[in-house]
Amino acid sequence: MAEATPIPGGIGQSIGRKEDARFIRGKGNYVDDVNLPGMLFMDVVRSPYAHAKITGLRKDAALKVPGVLAVITGADLAAAKLAWMPTLMSDTQMVLPTDTVMFQGQEVAAVVGVDRYAAADGVAAVEVDYEPLPVVVDPFKALQPDAPVLRTDKGKKDNHIWHWEVGDKAGTEAALKASAVVVTEKLYIPRIHVSSIETCGCVASVDVSGKLTVWMTTQAPHAIRTVFALVSGLPENNIRIISPDIGGGFGGKVPVYPGYVIAVVAALTTGKPVKWIEDRTGNLTADSFARDYHIEAEIGADKNGKVTALRVKTLADHGYTDAAANPSKFPAGLFHIITGSYPFSKAFVEVDAAYTNKPPGGIAYRCSFRVTEAVFAIERLMDNLAHKMNLDPAELRMRNFIPPEAFPYTSALGWTYDSGNYAGALKKAMDTIGYDALRKEQAEKRKRGELMGIGISSFTEIVGAGPSKTFDILGIKMFDSAEVRIHPTGKVIARFGTKSQGQGHETTYAQILAEELGIPVDGISVEEGDTDTAPYGLGTYASRSTPTAGAAAAVAARKIREKGAKIAAHLLEVSPNDIEWKDHKFQVKGVPEKSKTMADVAFAAYTNHPQGMEAGLEAVDYYDPPNMTYPFGSYICVVDIDKETGQVKVRRFVAIDDCGTIINPMIVDGQIHGGLTMGFAPAMLEEIPYDEQGNSRAPSFLEYLLPTAVETPKWETGKTVTPSPHHPLGAKGVGESATVGAPAAIANAVIDALQPYGVTNIDIPISAHKVWRAIHGADAH
Amino acid sequence: MAIDVEEVATGASPNSARVIHVTVNGVTHRSKVDARLLLVHYLRERLRLTGTHIGCDTAHCGACTVLVDGIPAKSCNLLAVMVDGRSVQTVEGLEAGGKLHPVQEGFTKEHGLQCGYCTPGMMMASVALLAKNPNPTEDEIRRGISGNLCRCTGYVNIVKAIQYAGKKMQEAPKGGA
Repeated sequence: MAEATPIPGGIGQSIGRKEDARFIRGKGNYVDDVNLPGMLFMDVVRSPYAHAKITGLRKDAALKVPGVLAVITGADLAAAKLAWMPTLMSDTQMVLPTDTVMFQGQEVAAVVGVDRYAAADGVAAVEVDYEPLPVVVDPFKALQPDAPVLRTDKGKKDNHIWHWEVGDKAGTEAALKASAVVVTEKLYIPRIHVSSIETCGCVASVDVSGKLTVWMTTQAPHAIRTVFALVSGLPENNIRIISPDIGGGFGGKVPVYPGYVIAVVAALTTGKPVKWIEDRTGNLTADSFARDYHIEAEIGADKNGKVTALRVKTLADHGYTDAAANPSKFPAGLFHIITGSYPFSKAFVEVDAAYTNKPPGGIAYRCSFRVTEAVFAIERLMDNLAHKMNLDPAELRMRNFIPPEAFPYTSALGWTYDSGNYAGALKKAMDTIGYDALRKEQAEKRKRGELMGIGISSFTEIVGAGPSKTFDILGIKMFDSAEVRIHPTGKVIARFGTKSQGQGHETTYAQILAEELGIPVDGISVEEGDTDTAPYGLGTYASRSTPTAGAAAAVAARKIREKGAKIAAHLLEVSPNDIEWKDHKFQVKGVPEKSKTMADVAFAAYTNHPQGMEAGLEAVDYYDPPNMTYPFGSYICVVDIDKETGQVKVRRFVAIDDCGTIINPMIVDGQIHGGLTMGFAPAMLEEIPYDEQGNSRAPSFLEYLLPTAVETPKWETGKTVTPSPHHPLGAKGVGESATVGAPAAIANAVIDALQPYGVTNIDIPISAHKVWRAIHGADAH
Repeated sequence: MAIDVEEVATGASPNSARVIHVTVNGVTHRSKVDARLLLVHYLRERLRLTGTHIGCDTAHCGACTVLVDGIPAKSCNLLAVMVDGRSVQTVEGLEAGGKLHPVQEGFTKEHGLQCGYCTPGMMMASVALLAKNPNPTEDEIRRGISGNLCRCTGYVNIVKAIQYAGKKMQEAPKGGA
């Protein structure tokens, strides 16, 4: 039988993106582009101290500045019971302080002026008296008995937030003791920041009826609306959150930041629209950080290198409040994916969280749920095990991988992996890069004293949160949604509960619908981000959009096809049982020339529908995934190191990814390029360190080094396709995979190069100085 | 050439206002501006040309890149008064007569953008690069856009977009914008 003609823009086609037309013309509509009549501007006074008592705060001078209309303080908010707000992890955080500041850069007051210059003048004129308090920046010191207690407001007697553990402690202990080989390593994954090129901000406006509209840089508009309703007491139908075009999110635009709340208060009190746009220093010093995990991990293996057990102890530095963005039941996110691509029979993981005088967060950096931390640890340790056993790291992995026939596979820590072919991906990566030849070259170079390293990372991801029985945020289940309407001429408007920040949802979702409805993609419009019109959903982060809302699109389309079949039967004068959906059309079974297109059926749905049937052609689906999806991949990195300077040069980097069914190969490749770059960045460049007084040492792009096109390696990508058995399209999600997988490959390559020096670890970011010291001895300067 | 007069300086600056004459995308504007008004705010808030974006305030990210007399410049670190008598081109000035500039075409054809926020600045830097070096190597392209940060694309497809535009401009040197 002949292949069906593909529907224009259907699944698997690299069509150009619908959203590009406005972006390449400078006609995007980002929050800072919103301009309302009479709009005021808000700017924020920030604390120069990491921990201090506020002994005085005077507005007078600021209020005399021409153009300044209001100064809002913690005392003002306290009067409305808004000085504090809940975090997504059910901790509390200050909107504005009433007596104590907890980190450098914290919001202390807000100034509203007629424009951004007036507001900035006002900020400079607000007088604040501080009495510095002892500062805690090291989470290990924070847990010492003599450490100053930070959250006395909560009645805390120490800085310990929570302890979380999973697995078989005694069994793991015994299995490690019985193992022929054990490797242990301490790994620090530093504080980093997503630094989307657009910072955070909002425009808040209240109309005469009292309805609040907030244009806001948010990845999760519906959840934000519910939080606003709960915190403010405003009825939810009188709150409209609009997330317009978003200039990059990567997880940093999930939380509710104080600036949003203060701007809303400013709009409610002045009666005028108020815009707040964060500057870069505010963004880098106060918005959610990512990572800051101190990991001690050990793995055991038998004499053949077969892994036996894994034990991990971690200290998480959360800053002054636990404002992580994890599903409620998972305080350490999905960190227990840490058994990775290997069949450990025993595992035990524990995490303790501590308060310090640093900004809150523990959210995303293109991976919200601590998967990067997990993958980094297991993949680093696998390489160390290989080195210790004098085995090739690729060979060690091949000996251990969970085999394709073992799926669905339940890990020692309780995750059921949906599908995988780990050896297939590594084999393809090795073939692509020419692994054996590289090892030969390395051996020759070693003889000459030259430093070349090859690093592997064979990661298992976990995305698509998630099944409602275990996944919720503040009690709201983590389903997502699609509402699909076919209009009389066969054109589609579809709305979703997610929100693109550059991922290309307007195109990808339209392609899913094109395929499922048999309607060319040009006739399908996708809308997101307006809570007044879009169906409720939990938003876009943690690579969940295609696994959840993408699935909802397919299911909604199939619901439409069910009704469509009845209309087609009516038009073709046959029984609905005689209709089948084939080649993107409704056909009479066995009589392909008797058929109706979806456009025919849509027209009839409004003009000639069967008696007794409801008019119209539409469906809504709230998709509750039966399981997470588990994308995977194998990355190989080759580095050359200059012995004299410690400079590391990534010579090649091959990334083989498997995200199941691919909707738009061009977009997926773009996601991987970006993800790899956000894996390279923390491995080699980015860190936000703090000095002992709690001063941020990376408060601008002068110190916080985002990779430019010059530093960024020339990525080589490839695919294998192992569909998810439980997703309606077999798709798994791809946005964060490369960020999760890449850092370990780079670090492993550097450690591999330094084997002649017996080096087992260099903490990321791997600077030339750190490498030089590893070569010349830790005492060298 | 149209003349657009804007008289009223917004804001409450204690600084003295100045009158500037600046040609933006071929249109000459006579504007009264505060001496401290940044060029990027003049473009975005006075002329409502919001395609030029602000990303860092410190001249590192390049989202605000425009061409001043053909030279790429970071408009968040220039005062509006500094372009008095000069000619400024922004992203809105790339498309001419309903025809995309080859750089715009390259960015969409090669998927050189994702969130779109760095894109206008990146495209202006690309236009300037190709004007100076019509047939750049990959390394020359990477160096040429190293004043512009992109967080989404990993630069792979931006390089391809510029190569596409370079080729297209060489094929039809008199065509396009």
